[in-house]
Amino acid sequence: MDSFAMVFTIFVLAAFIGFEVIAKVPPTLHTPLMSGSNAISGIILIGAILSAGAQHTWLTAGLGFVAVVLATINVVGGFMVTNRMLSMFRRKD
Amino acid sequence: MSSGLVNIAYLIAASLFIFGLKGLSHPRTAVRGNQLGALGMLLAIVITLLDQNIIGYEIIIAGVVIGGAIGVILAVRIQMTAMPELVALFNGFGGLASILVAGAALLEVSVLKGTAGAIALNAQFSISTFASGLIGAVTFWGSLVAFGKLQGKVNDGAVRYPFDQAVKIILAIIILIFGYLMVVNPDSSIPYWVMIVLASVLGILFVIPIGGADMPVVVALLNSFSGLAAAAAGFVLFNSVLIVAGTLVGASGIILTIIMCKAMNRSLTNVLFGTFTVTEGGPSADEVYGGKVKSTSAEEVAMLLEGAKRVCIVPGYGMAVAQAQHAVRELFDLLEGNGTTVEFGVHPVAGRMPGHMNVLLAEADIPYERLKDMDEINPNFKQIDVTIIIGANDVVNPVARTDPDSPIAGMPILDVDYSKTVIVIKRSLSPGFAGIPNPLFAADNALMFFGDGKKAVEDMVKCLKEEIG
Repeated sequence: MDSFAMVFTIFVLAAFIGFEVIAKVPPTLHTPLMSGSNAISGIILIGAILSAGAQHTWLTAGLGFVAVVLATINVVGGFMVTNRMLSMFRRKD
Repeated sequence: MSSGLVNIAYLIAASLFIFGLKGLSHPRTAVRGNQLGALGMLLAIVITLLDQNIIGYEIIIAGVVIGGAIGVILAVRIQMTAMPELVALFNGFGGLASILVAGAALLEVSVLKGTAGAIALNAQFSISTFASGLIGAVTFWGSLVAFGKLQGKVNDGAVRYPFDQAVKIILAIIILIFGYLMVVNPDSSIPYWVMIVLASVLGILFVIPIGGADMPVVVALLNSFSGLAAAAAGFVLFNSVLIVAGTLVGASGIILTIIMCKAMNRSLTNVLFGTFTVTEGGPSADEVYGGKVKSTSAEEVAMLLEGAKRVCIVPGYGMAVAQAQHAVRELFDLLEGNGTTVEFGVHPVAGRMPGHMNVLLAEADIPYERLKDMDEINPNFKQIDVTIIIGANDVVNPVARTDPDSPIAGMPILDVDYSKTVIVIKRSLSPGFAGIPNPLFAADNALMFFGDGKKAVEDMVKCLKEEIG
């Protein structure tokens, strides 16, 4: 299998899993789902780390740095605010 | 570390994301789910830091410290009523990060050309870079406009101008031309950055014409885009965990978008590009309301509530604006203490993002079992003695059921008019987003309580306390 077909396979299978898993999230949790999935889309951070760390030119390192800042805001802020929201949904007893 | 081990670690991280999202299927398991997701992220980051191409950590550490601090401050200080704004902002950051990562990869290509670390330059690389930048730019600027609209800093109405659709189509065609230029000049960065500028304009034009009440759809769609931009960046870097995680988010946003559209009985195309025009010849406000609207007082409502066995509260965006959720909680406690069963009927598009109302009510400590979806609560309205509507309008307008010519015809609504008495807390008789009068306000079993949502509920609480004694 050539490399494009391989990554494309990963993409399509991930889409199926995504639809299956997320269709089961109840409407009550739709806002935490959005902020939580937002944190997951902060995975772009690893692409940013590679650019910032490889430092091929000052320009790529600079772009990488800004991307690291933005993606870290997403990851840290996203998971934390989701945690804060979900704790409010816990049964109080 | 060998690339085999790295990829296994990425697989574990991706699996943790899936388990994390699975945990969100129930409020009991959701906190754990979110933690699993965070664990997966930590694993992916640590593994990436071990990459042999990384020669310096200063920039990375500085970026993580600054970004982390901003993230913590935002997460801790944000008001729950402002969650839609925060999510819009986060979507935007993800989009911008994707633009930069894809742009940096493109620059590295020309630096590394001919060396061992060179990325294969082919159409797939160029198209992936193009997709990541395009989706990223539309997401970033679209999210900023959505953020501005949610904050009330940008006109939150539907801003239209002549030939608006044609302008967008022409812009999209020019963007595709620059995409073609990227493919034929794979090692030049210029077409990419020009394309980014054009896509930024497209992103702004894309969200500007969408009105405030359609924001749940836009926020969900931009959420999906932010994931797809990351997935496209995964194609650029040939990175499996980026593809899987980005795609999961893309799927999640699309599902939410579809749910929101169904809840408004409109197609996505209609929300994004359609004109939501008020049909001519519908009944005017005077014809609907003339002499039939009965206004009520806190004392009267308290008397009704005191004798009610079953009460339903229907929150809308007005509850968020008035910050009335804590007052509602007080009313809830008082009624429950008096032996009344209280439930909440939540319409899927109530508020400015999916699940907006549920979060506000959870913040006010309302047990989640009492929050009912539309399908769950609708068959019960005939047995409900009193329904209290706080700041909702179009989602309880019976015209959706009765008048096939109405702009909201066929939209699923909460059948509040079937309950014995309906109390509507509202500032005035002004129409909702659909711009049509609501015959519910003039119905025989409806009473209008004019005023600010929070003040009105507090007054009810005060009178009910005296009533119960």
